[in-house]
Amino acid sequence: MSSTAQQALAVSRSFVASRPAHRAWHGGLLGTEFAWAIAFAIPYAAVFCAFVVYPVAYGLWLGSKPALYTELFSDPRFLNAVLNTVLYVGIGVNLKMALAFLLSGFFMRKRWWVKSLLVIYILPWAVPALPAFMSIHWLLNGQWGFLNSALWMLFGIDGPIWLNSHWLGLGANIGSYIWKNMPFWTVIFIAGRMAIPQELYEAADMDGATGLRRFRYVTLPLLAQLYLVSTLLSTIWSLGDFNAVFFVSGGGPAMSTEVLATLGIRYAFTIGDPRLGVACVMCALPLLLPMVVLLMHKLRTQEVQL
Amino acid sequence: MSLALAPGRRPGRPRYRLRRAVVETLCLALGFVLVIWSLMPVYNMVLIALSEHGAVFSGDIWPHAPSLESFVVVWTQGFWYLEHFWRQFGNSFFVGLMTMFLTLLIGSLTSFTIGRLRLRHGWLLTNAALLTYVIPASFLAIPFYRIMQGYGLGDNPWSVIAAMVTFATPYAIFIFQQYGKSIPMELDESARIDGASPLQIYVWIYLPLMAPALVAVGTYALLLAWNEYLYQFLLLSSPDVMTVPVALAQFLNSDESPWNYMMATAIVYAVPPIVMYYGFRRYMAAGLTMGGVKG
Repeated sequence: MSSTAQQALAVSRSFVASRPAHRAWHGGLLGTEFAWAIAFAIPYAAVFCAFVVYPVAYGLWLGSKPALYTELFSDPRFLNAVLNTVLYVGIGVNLKMALAFLLSGFFMRKRWWVKSLLVIYILPWAVPALPAFMSIHWLLNGQWGFLNSALWMLFGIDGPIWLNSHWLGLGANIGSYIWKNMPFWTVIFIAGRMAIPQELYEAADMDGATGLRRFRYVTLPLLAQLYLVSTLLSTIWSLGDFNAVFFVSGGGPAMSTEVLATLGIRYAFTIGDPRLGVACVMCALPLLLPMVVLLMHKLRTQEVQL
Repeated sequence: MSLALAPGRRPGRPRYRLRRAVVETLCLALGFVLVIWSLMPVYNMVLIALSEHGAVFSGDIWPHAPSLESFVVVWTQGFWYLEHFWRQFGNSFFVGLMTMFLTLLIGSLTSFTIGRLRLRHGWLLTNAALLTYVIPASFLAIPFYRIMQGYGLGDNPWSVIAAMVTFATPYAIFIFQQYGKSIPMELDESARIDGASPLQIYVWIYLPLMAPALVAVGTYALLLAWNEYLYQFLLLSSPDVMTVPVALAQFLNSDESPWNYMMATAIVYAVPPIVMYYGFRRYMAAGLTMGGVKG
């Protein structure tokens, strides 16, 4: 990502030898231009300091007392939320990415109805999260929800009371998460597949590679980096996903399907203990940081082109 | 799968014809499943919104007596959660448009100074943006809320705008930097030789040439602000200041809310972003392929 900056640095370094010292310091810019460059950089620098650095530092300070963590770890709801978060992110993200990857292959088929299907398929991405998850919550209502009514009328099956059990509730959250986010990643993978030069497939055809082998030896190696970066990014965002859990299962029954993001907000604003809330969210950091480091490294060194 | 479709595969042979038919049937079945999967929650929303108040609990899977009553109630603000609905609709637009404007302004200025003026240490800004990009927004909500109270911006739309701009700008900077690489530097240089100041180059050369990227990022920022819930819920509390999603979630405060009114509100709220998605799909896809990834 910063390759322009590095390029700029390299360019400015090559000028250093022949230019006066102050130019080298200003990166090859003349006095007034340097002033403009600084002036243009100030708005984002200000936003970053006021709304990222300050809240992060303040959050770290709020959650710095060790006593908070002993309190957290003695709360069974918290331990349960950690488990839920791992399952929610682990299953949700990987299942979603794998399905999106496979479906992107399906959507590459050149049929008119596949093209129109794609228009319907991206609808979940276009609907705002809040109405969609509210609707899914009512859809899954055990007594008069659409899903159970439809199961009963069409197949004579008496559906379970979905949101009344820990496992079904967690499953419903994961399903809703996949429903909402899969189209976006499918579109990303479709773009990735379209960027693969057709000649490669033709060459593979010449060599007698068919179906699965084309996939194994052409598509997969070329999209592996994109898949990895997308999965990392998606994992990071899903760790902070609030809406699906809050509106589909509402954390229920009896707070058994809460994840760290929703439990933190509940500690802070329902129970009124912001320090505990911040501490709860901070417990995701050991999971989050390695991925952030890996992702930043990948983005910087490999310049993933989508 | 694609074997059957590949040219020059002697499709006349029965074995291939059979295989092709099987593949086609499987694809149709998959397509059918995908349509059901994608449309069910949306259909449910419409179904409940079209029901009369009493019919919500009937368990019908088809609207037997569809009525537009709940949409009329939303339109005329005829329910006490909806008393300020159009005001709130306006608030959502205000927050969205301001977020869009500020994101475009700050993002383009930053990418201009890093990519075109080649400010030394500009990579620090790029890394700052990258760092913000990978922080889950909900993790910052608690300190952000307290800080906004400290700034005296509690219950003020500008606090939401600040949050949305913070989370939208990194994406803007990436897209602009990627897209800016396609604009030749010679344009800037020749303008500079003609005596143009950086501000003039920014306004008269950079911005017009960046138009497609500006549209893509503007749409993204507007939709981000329109669809966001958590920050708006935490930061806005009075009925005439709050935005539509906050008002919508108020229905959940009671177990006996009229769910058909809630779903009608949800549909009215969901229509503008859906229209934008489909209207600007080409630009959105262009934005994605330009190198950024964010839903």
